[in-house]
Amino acid sequence: MTDTNTNQTWIILGASSTIAKAFTRSVAEKGAHVILAGRRMDDLKATADDAKARGASDATTVIFDARVPDTFQTIIDLANTQAGTLNCAVFVGSMPAQDAIDADPTLVDGTIADSFTGPARFLQMLAPSLIERGQGSIVGVGSVAGDRGRVGNYVYGAAKAGFATYLSGLRNALGRHGVHVLTVKPGPVDTAMTQGLGKQPFMTTADAVVQDIDKALQKKRNTLYTKWIWWPVMTIIKLIPEPIFKKMSI
Amino acid sequence: MIWAKDQSYSGWGRALRAKGDIASPDTVENLRNEGPAIGNRRSYGDAPLNSGGKAIDMTKLDRIISFDRETGLLTVQAGITLGELTRVFAPQGWMPAVVPGTGFATVGGAIAMDVHGKNHHHAGSFCQHVTAITLIQDKPRKITPKTGALWLATCGGLGQTGLIAQATLQLVRTRGDMMLVTEQRARDWDEHLSLLDTSRAPYTVGWIDATATGEDLGRGIVEEGETCKGLRPTARGTKKVPFNAPHWALSSPIVKLFNATYYRRVPKTGRTVVRTVQDFFFPLDKIHDWNKLYGKRGFHQFQCVVPLDQSEALRTIMQTIATSGLASPLAVLKRMGEGREGYLSFPMEGYTLAVDFPNRPAARALIKRLEAATLNAGGRLYLAKDALSTGPAIKSMYPDHSKWARAVAKADPEGQLQTDMTRRLDLRTPQQ
Repeated sequence: MTDTNTNQTWIILGASSTIAKAFTRSVAEKGAHVILAGRRMDDLKATADDAKARGASDATTVIFDARVPDTFQTIIDLANTQAGTLNCAVFVGSMPAQDAIDADPTLVDGTIADSFTGPARFLQMLAPSLIERGQGSIVGVGSVAGDRGRVGNYVYGAAKAGFATYLSGLRNALGRHGVHVLTVKPGPVDTAMTQGLGKQPFMTTADAVVQDIDKALQKKRNTLYTKWIWWPVMTIIKLIPEPIFKKMSI
Repeated sequence: MIWAKDQSYSGWGRALRAKGDIASPDTVENLRNEGPAIGNRRSYGDAPLNSGGKAIDMTKLDRIISFDRETGLLTVQAGITLGELTRVFAPQGWMPAVVPGTGFATVGGAIAMDVHGKNHHHAGSFCQHVTAITLIQDKPRKITPKTGALWLATCGGLGQTGLIAQATLQLVRTRGDMMLVTEQRARDWDEHLSLLDTSRAPYTVGWIDATATGEDLGRGIVEEGETCKGLRPTARGTKKVPFNAPHWALSSPIVKLFNATYYRRVPKTGRTVVRTVQDFFFPLDKIHDWNKLYGKRGFHQFQCVVPLDQSEALRTIMQTIATSGLASPLAVLKRMGEGREGYLSFPMEGYTLAVDFPNRPAARALIKRLEAATLNAGGRLYLAKDALSTGPAIKSMYPDHSKWARAVAKADPEGQLQTDMTRRLDLRTPQQ
């Protein structure tokens, strides 16, 4: 991000998620224009009002469904009409319980579309505009669950792993054009997704995740684990040899 | 609503705890009055607790719904904090009219306790600047000051009339997001009161050395502030108390030493400094979880207000505290105005004293004595702080209690919004 924040436009995909809302506030308070994209229009409008009261130079709402690529072009067209720096933050994703997927394997397609193929196709469509402007940032939210396939949620994990690999390639491709790509890997966050689960190990809040994202953007970090403790934890988990790991249920 | 089962939680004082199911809804659509609403639990005692029952954590319902930049009318969801409102709106030239000593208090909590701030003598209490509240009873219901008994039972009413879901606040204009602060030493009790009495500043509060005895009794620092515009001092980062401190951390010699140093920090002739609005209003918020300084057993805060003509009784109370050697560094003396909104609102014209004590048998016994002295002086205790009082004492301190109890019985006939506090003090029963 550059200093002239009123010249910043942020496309926020999955803007109804708890972390997206916290992120929207953070950029709104710096005066950015936010384009809130998601499925629940009422909720997006309420977030837009909140953003404007906090100082966003403007807040627009637009329908986005990761499973319906026809919704993508309208958002790209809208973004292209904005002057200044264009940025995109991706918070879409869904996490059906693994046993629900076991019972109904068709859920695999939606899970992968929400967390991986939908956002990947969108970013692929957006990339030329960013390259043309020669600046801007992309924030892609993956998950520590993508670092290793675990018995408890490996379809969700696989989708997030795919997205993380995609972001890594996108960073490679766009970095040479002045566009920064940040991969965020949160552990459990106290959000709508984790409601009712009670306290989880190293649980953090959406606001804390957003503060970390903010710092990582300023420092142009590539990958961010939040809380930071997940970096050593996942490093160790990744090192466990497969013959042993396959017998574990962590 | 989705419930997290058997969660363990407490108020800010951590001396009283509860275990029960907690929901943290993030949309109002599913909000039902199945239990009392709780916020950031900055009340010290058991006002935000419901042992063995359900409680609804409102902190994820924290949206700004609308703000009118011409009139300063702000509508928010009740889970937003006053610190957040100050942070967002002070740079835009607006402030909540009343803020308490912590920015972590939510708007819902501020209404349920009808909180006051350093400007109470001018601005009155928090609810006097609220123009509308949306309560979730069996159905959502919007109330205003014209509603009558239900409004008066809601303001300062411990959240017993319905879930406070949304509120409209009249913000006030501010010159900027900085404060010009004058600090003066008050050498003893009489000088302390007279400085508070003669202060003309919009914001005035006294820090009192609750360990000073003899000639020094009541000494402290009187702080006067007004908003101003200027250069922002470099922001200092937050600190966190990572673990429970050992019990001797706030023992008498350490507190005495700390207080003497703190007192002498301000030169004899006084001084004027520039602080950020956040630093002035929420000085302790920078130290996250400072309540852990009191160790695992937690602590109590005694806060009373006595009428103006009872300053001698308050001096005796202060003397009792000072000679006990049990007080902590956190002690505040302030002159209050008349402003209050609801049946159970705390403020009355007079002097309010707040002192923290570690949760120990000797301190609990002392607080009992202080309560009796308060009652004798025609004063009252603050329910946001209380953890130890009894029903009869509280009911005689709050003459409108019966009116409140009758309005609440109508608003929550099933008693679903009861808390550990309303049960401990038997508040929901009107007096005969």
